[in-house]
Amino acid sequence: MNLYPFVMEILQVLILLAIGPAFVGWVRVLKCWAQGRSSAGLFQPYRDLRKLFSKDVVLAENASWIFRFMPYLVFGTAVLAGGIIPILSTDLPLAATADVIVLVSLFAIARFFTALAGMDIGTAFGGMGASREMTVASLAEPAMLMAIFTMSLASRSTSLSYMAQLVMSGQSVLRPSIVFALLAFILITLAETGRIPVDNPATHLELTMIHEAMILEYSGRHLALIEWASMMKLFLFTALGIAVFAPWGIASSADLLAVAAALFFMLLKLGAAGIVLVLIETGLAKMRLFRLTEFLGSAFLLATLGMLSYFILE
Amino acid sequence: MSILKDAISSQLGAEVRFVEGYQHPARTIFCIVPQEKFVDAAKAMKKAYALLAAEWATDETTFGRGYGIFACYRWGHEYLIVKTETAADAPVFPSLTKHFLPAWRFERQIQSLMGVMPLNHPDTRPWIKFEDWPEDAWPLRKSFDASKPMPRVEGEYKWTKAEGEGVYEIPVGPVHAGIIEPGHFRFQAVGEDVLNLEERLGYVHKGIEKRFESLSWDEGYRLAGRVSGDTTVAHSLGYCMALESMTGCNLPERVHWLRALFLERERIANHLGDIGAICNDAAFAFMLYQMMRLKEMLLRTNHALFGHRFIMDRVVPGGVAVDIDTACREVILAELDRLSKDFERLVVIYEENPSLEDRVRNTGMLKPKRAREICAVGIVARASGLNLDCRIFNPFPPYDQYDRLELGVPVMITGDVHARTWVRIQEVRESIRIIRWILDNMPDGAISAPVAAPFPDKAGFAAVEGWRGEIIYWLQSGPNGELNRCMVRDPSSVNWLGLERAIHGNIVPDFPLCNKSFNQSYSGHDL
Repeated sequence: MNLYPFVMEILQVLILLAIGPAFVGWVRVLKCWAQGRSSAGLFQPYRDLRKLFSKDVVLAENASWIFRFMPYLVFGTAVLAGGIIPILSTDLPLAATADVIVLVSLFAIARFFTALAGMDIGTAFGGMGASREMTVASLAEPAMLMAIFTMSLASRSTSLSYMAQLVMSGQSVLRPSIVFALLAFILITLAETGRIPVDNPATHLELTMIHEAMILEYSGRHLALIEWASMMKLFLFTALGIAVFAPWGIASSADLLAVAAALFFMLLKLGAAGIVLVLIETGLAKMRLFRLTEFLGSAFLLATLGMLSYFILE
Repeated sequence: MSILKDAISSQLGAEVRFVEGYQHPARTIFCIVPQEKFVDAAKAMKKAYALLAAEWATDETTFGRGYGIFACYRWGHEYLIVKTETAADAPVFPSLTKHFLPAWRFERQIQSLMGVMPLNHPDTRPWIKFEDWPEDAWPLRKSFDASKPMPRVEGEYKWTKAEGEGVYEIPVGPVHAGIIEPGHFRFQAVGEDVLNLEERLGYVHKGIEKRFESLSWDEGYRLAGRVSGDTTVAHSLGYCMALESMTGCNLPERVHWLRALFLERERIANHLGDIGAICNDAAFAFMLYQMMRLKEMLLRTNHALFGHRFIMDRVVPGGVAVDIDTACREVILAELDRLSKDFERLVVIYEENPSLEDRVRNTGMLKPKRAREICAVGIVARASGLNLDCRIFNPFPPYDQYDRLELGVPVMITGDVHARTWVRIQEVRESIRIIRWILDNMPDGAISAPVAAPFPDKAGFAAVEGWRGEIIYWLQSGPNGELNRCMVRDPSSVNWLGLERAIHGNIVPDFPLCNKSFNQSYSGHDL
């Protein structure tokens, strides 16, 4: 039996766990620079996680199993998603069994339980956050599927590995449909990962929160897992965007050098993605909540245009 | 004759008794009306387009009288104080709430803290006072011993309720996630739409008004400087001016100019912080850090030149505690050059960012009509079309040199978050100009004058334009010439009402932005 794909799978998950916080740290460092202040450094997220892990968990008296179960589930789905997206290699055993629809469903499961847990303890903020998160989800998920489907039309497959390989092989160069899908994907990423202008990850204002409102009651290792998972989520969405739209460098052969090169290119592309993200986040204020429908509606529209242009132009 | 004096004497005729020589300064008109004419006086004031500036009660049992109820009205540059008296054994007074909205909370406060009952008041729940204080604990009464801890009892505060399908309640605070003062906000909402917002304040009640009464006249300014820490100059100035008016203290000209300098520096520093914080609540953090940088620069210069970052305790009765020399002048002028250069660049960013503009415009609108109803003051009033500024209407030198200073007061009529931000931006520009002008034209002279002790049974009054708005101090001397009562009216006492009204028709996640654009003081309100 060839062990290489399984080694890659494990390596990918380890990289996800290790680099996820650093990527968030990188974004924060850039953001500090953009705002003209000094930063806490690349490794602050790790210190935050360590702090949270060493703290006790405070549970609401009426918290049910959903509340306690949610952090592990969210963490688990993020790790699983790391096995599906071609981060370093396209030769992944899991990618063969799980395509992009599974990936979207994984995120949906995590979101579903986060919303349930938000409502579980019965505070006003949890319910408010859950309701907002579901509003965002109901608009973002179809748009996301639409954007990915546009890409899979070209490769005639919903397997991420296959799509990445096809783009790398040069069979699908820059086409109008890709540009539309990419734009849609960027908008969706901002919404799904709770960044400005959709949500503010750094806010302390309870009334404006979306994601943070659902997890306000969490503490200790529970909160650490959720935070870690949301850091991984940002990493995963960036990696997904890279795999689908700019996969060049991802190893497609069982070669150690290719894997090392893949790692190098991945870091390079993550760094660039961080810069784009920070430019967007620094230049924009957060939208009014009810503008979200327009924002995500335009993401859906862009994805649909991409699909139409595929049929018309290509 | 003055407009207000005319109005009240034509309405009440011989029933109103104007008292000369009691209230200082002399331009503040003081009159006494019988209790049954108290409401008629309010009607007369309403008819003359006056606004209610403050309402308070005094315990005058040490004079052998009962309780005094005072209502202070403002029209342009005129202040008129109407007093009525009530017996010590069954203290009541007719409520003005139906005629002037801000009386709603003033009167609840009088009832809670002084135990004088407003008759026909629509809302008799306590205000400031907590539900677990004993029913008969009235801290402002002379018979109340403030040195003993308050006993606790069972009690309940009845909130306004909203019912119906899909209506839910969001309790926020008093402890918030950010580093801000404590206050409780209770929203009734359907989906994201706010049906009603009810404020509950009083969590930082420190018994300041009671504490004043145990201080000597020359100690009081320090306590006044701590009523609301961010407005320390204006508050101690209010106290000092009220005291100086009672003692007939003749201040050297230079004192006024230095006080104006401190006041304007305080205004700039706080406005800078506010503009940044408003943008930050729309998640535009860049602005916050840049504005905080400028504010910090100012505060450090304050520390270097005046010995305190917020210039606390530098305004003293009879003068100021610190003078400036030529070197100081150069430092301030150089700093202002740097400040205004950077500030103008940031204003361009604020103006030209469409995503920010989308958040601040048409959000949290306090219509001019509503602002008049609640008798708003300061930046809130000026953003809602009310042209009120004590620097114009009740000036001390150098503000009274209209023709030379040409003080510009920005007034907006939209009353939204943008208007309140824009008023601040304009005021920063204007304050920078005023400081430069003050430094160029400041007269030489002494920086303090002796302050005599006030005579017994007199009252002093001062209205000062702090950065939030008009701050009123009213002092009363007791039978032995001691400090009998010090009434403090921070602009927050009236402007908090504005927030409750401005939030109507907005969505829940826009509340923090609205709140920050008001940025009222909890400490100054709760006292």
